[in-house]
Amino acid sequence: MKRKEDEKLIDKKGLRLDGRRLDEIRPIKIEVGFLEKANGSAYVEWGKNKILVAVYGPREVHPRHLTLTHRALFRCRYHMAPFSTEERKHPAPSRREVELSKVIRSALEPVVFTELYPRTGVDAFIEVLESDGGTRCAGITATSLALVDAGIPLKGLVAACAAGKIDGEVVLDLDGIEDQKGEADLPVAIAPRRNEVTLLQMDGIFSYDEFKKALGLAVEGCKRIHDMQKEALRRKYTIVKEENGMIDEEV
Amino acid sequence: MPYLVKKRQLVIPGELIAEGDYKSGKNTYREEDRVYASLIGLANYVGRNVFVVAIKTCYMPTVSDLVIGKVIDMKLSGWTVDINAPYNAMLFTSEFFDRSFDSRRDRMTDFLDIGDMVLAQVIAFDRTRDPLLTMRESGLRKITQGRVIEMTPAKIPRIIGREGSMVNMLKRETGCQITIGQNGLVLVSGKNPELEDLAILAINTIERDAHTLGLTDKISKLLKREKKERGLNVEAKRR
Amino acid sequence: MAESYSAAGAFRKKKISELLLHDKRLDGRGLTDYRSVKVETGLIGTASGSALVSLGKTKVMAGVKIETGTPFPDRPQDGVLTTNAELVPLASPNFEPGPPNEASIELARVVDRGIRESKALDLSELCVVPGKLVFVVFVDIYILDHDGNLFDASALASVSALLTAKMRDYSVKKNGELKFKKDYIKLPLQNYPVEISLAKIDEKMIVDPTLDEEMVADTLITTAIGKKGEICALQKRKTGTYSMEEVLQAVTIAQRKAEEIREKILGEFIDEYEKA
Repeated sequence: MKRKEDEKLIDKKGLRLDGRRLDEIRPIKIEVGFLEKANGSAYVEWGKNKILVAVYGPREVHPRHLTLTHRALFRCRYHMAPFSTEERKHPAPSRREVELSKVIRSALEPVVFTELYPRTGVDAFIEVLESDGGTRCAGITATSLALVDAGIPLKGLVAACAAGKIDGEVVLDLDGIEDQKGEADLPVAIAPRRNEVTLLQMDGIFSYDEFKKALGLAVEGCKRIHDMQKEALRRKYTIVKEENGMIDEEV
Repeated sequence: MPYLVKKRQLVIPGELIAEGDYKSGKNTYREEDRVYASLIGLANYVGRNVFVVAIKTCYMPTVSDLVIGKVIDMKLSGWTVDINAPYNAMLFTSEFFDRSFDSRRDRMTDFLDIGDMVLAQVIAFDRTRDPLLTMRESGLRKITQGRVIEMTPAKIPRIIGREGSMVNMLKRETGCQITIGQNGLVLVSGKNPELEDLAILAINTIERDAHTLGLTDKISKLLKREKKERGLNVEAKRR
Repeated sequence: MAESYSAAGAFRKKKISELLLHDKRLDGRGLTDYRSVKVETGLIGTASGSALVSLGKTKVMAGVKIETGTPFPDRPQDGVLTTNAELVPLASPNFEPGPPNEASIELARVVDRGIRESKALDLSELCVVPGKLVFVVFVDIYILDHDGNLFDASALASVSALLTAKMRDYSVKKNGELKFKKDYIKLPLQNYPVEISLAKIDEKMIVDPTLDEEMVADTLITTAIGKKGEICALQKRKTGTYSMEEVLQAVTIAQRKAEEIREKILGEFIDEYEKA
C-alpha cells in the first residue's frame, strides 16, 4: 500500500506524530480512591485516555442465581461514555464493549483470591470518559488499583500495556491514530510478580521476529506501568508510613 | 538468605515480605518458602509469624463480635440484617425473644420492622452459611436514640484504643454513650445533638489520623478546645 | 460490602426529623444552604464541551457532542437538542447496568426541559438547510458519584458544558453543502437556566438534599429558573403531596437560590461566553 509523505507515522528522526520515541509510553497520571460511594476506585489518565474504575464488593450477588458456592463471582463491565469518542457513541453496550469486558475480567481474575469470599460478588465498573487508543490496557491497570483500594485480597497487581507495528517498526503504546493506521496491535497484561501473561490479544500482521520483539517490548512496558501503580499506591497511603504509630494487632 | 521486611513497612499486594522459615499470617499468602502480602497495609511480625495489618478491609464476621446492623427483610423464621459484611445475617425469632415466639399472639413487626437498627451479637458464622445473630444477651437491643457512624472496620481498634483508653476518654469528654460495633459502625448517643456532634467530630478525626502517634492525647485536647469554643457543658441536662 | 447504610431507614429518618425541629441538618447546613460546588470545564478532548460538577460528594459529568442530521418534520428550521442521562453502576451500589430505567429517563427529560423551555440553546441558529440539514446537539449526562441531588448537579454540568462548548465555524455553499472553516465558535446560547431541587421532610423545605435526605423525603420538587427569574420547568418527584402555599414557597426559594448559583458558579462562564 503506497503511503503519501504526510501519512507517515514515524518521521525521519525516528519520532512519532506526538513526538515520542519508538519505545516511549505516553504520559500517565494516576489517582487512587477518586470516588466516595464505591468500595474502591481509581482514575487513570493515559495520554488522552481518561478512565474511571469503581469496585464494589465483596457483596451479595444480583441476580442471586449466579452465586457460586465455593468462591466469589468476579465481574467486569467495560463501558464507554457517549462523548468519549470523536463520533458520538450510542450509550447501549456494543459488541466490542462486551468482548472487552470479558477479556478484562480474564486478565484480572487469576490474581483475585476469590476462594476467600464464597457466595459473594466482586464487581468492577470501567468507564471510559475519553478514548484515544489502548483503553483496555488503561482499564486493566486502573482496575488493579481499584481492587487494592477496595481491600480485596490479591496475589499481586496486574499491569497492562500494548505494543504494535507502525510504518514497519515495532513500537510501544499505540495511541488512537497509530492504532487506526498502524499494521498491528498487541495489548498485553502481566501479573508482574511471576511475569505471567494474563491478557494477550492481537490484530494485524506480525512476522515471528516482529512478534517476539513486540511481546518483549510490551512486557517491558507492563513493568514500567507496574512501577507507576506501586508509586501511586505508596503516594496515597504514605501518610501512614511517615506517622508510624499504628497499634499492634495481636495475632 | 532469609529475608524479612522492616517492621511497619508499607506493603502492597504481591510484595515479598519474608523468605525462609516463616509462617504466613493474616493478609499474606505463601508460595514455596516465600511469604507475600495480599492486602495493602503495614507489614509486621511476631516471632516467625508474618502478617499485614490492613489499611482497609471489609468486615468478616467473627463469633461473639458485637455488631450494629439494619433490618432489611423479614421471613416467618426471623429477620435479615445488613451488618456491613459481604454476607447478610439472620436473626431468628428464637434469638430475639426470651420466650418462644407464638405466631398467634406475637406479630414480628411489633418488635422489629424493616429499617430498624439493632445492636446484636454474632453467634455463628462459617464459610458455608450466612452469619447468625442473637439479641438475647443483656445490652443487646433495638437502637432508638443517637447517631450511627460508619468507617472501615480496620480502624475500629483505634477507636477503642489500648485497653479501651481512647473510647473511655471520648465518653468522659463528651458525656456520650459510645457503643462500638466490630463491623465498622459506631453508635453515639448523647444528652443533646451538640454533644453528639462533638463525639462524631472526634471519631471522624481519629479515623482520618488513625496512624499517628499520641492520638489519644491529641483528640483529648481537641475535645477540650472545641467544648470551650462551642460553650458546651458535659453536665448539661437533657433537653 | 452489603447495601450501603446511606439507604436511610426508620432510624435515620428519626434523626433527621429531630434535627429538623431545630432547623438543622445532618451535615450542619441550614435549610437553604447548598453544599460546596465546584465546576471544571473542558476536560474531555473528544467532546465539544464538557463539565465536571462536584456538589458535596455528588459528582456528575456532562459532555456535549455536535453532529449534523435531519430536523424534525414539524420544525424544519430548527436544530435538534437531545439530552441523555446514564446512571452508571460505578456511581452507586444501587445502580445496575442495563438500558435507561425510569430514573435516568426522568433525570434526562427534566434537565432537557430546563434547557429547552428557557430557550437556552437557540435552535433556530443551528439550521443549515431548512428541512434538510441541521446541527444536532447531544448533551450526555454521566453520573459518577451519587450522594443526592443529581438533578441540580446534572443541570449545572449541562449548562456549563454548553457555555464552554466550541464548534467549528462554517458556511453554507450555494448547493446546500456545509463547508467548515478553521476556527471555532461558541454555541448560540441566550439563556442560562439553573435547576434548584427542594425536599420536603416533615413539612420543612430543604435545599440541595443529600442522598440520605432524598431517601427519607416525603416528596421533592425541582424547578428550572431562567436568567430573568422566569420559571421554565417544574417537576414534582416521589409520591408525597404539596399544598399550594408549599409549592409557591418552594418556587420562591428556588428563584432566589438560582440567582445565587447563576452568579457565583456560572458567572465566570457566562462572562467568558458573552465576551467571546
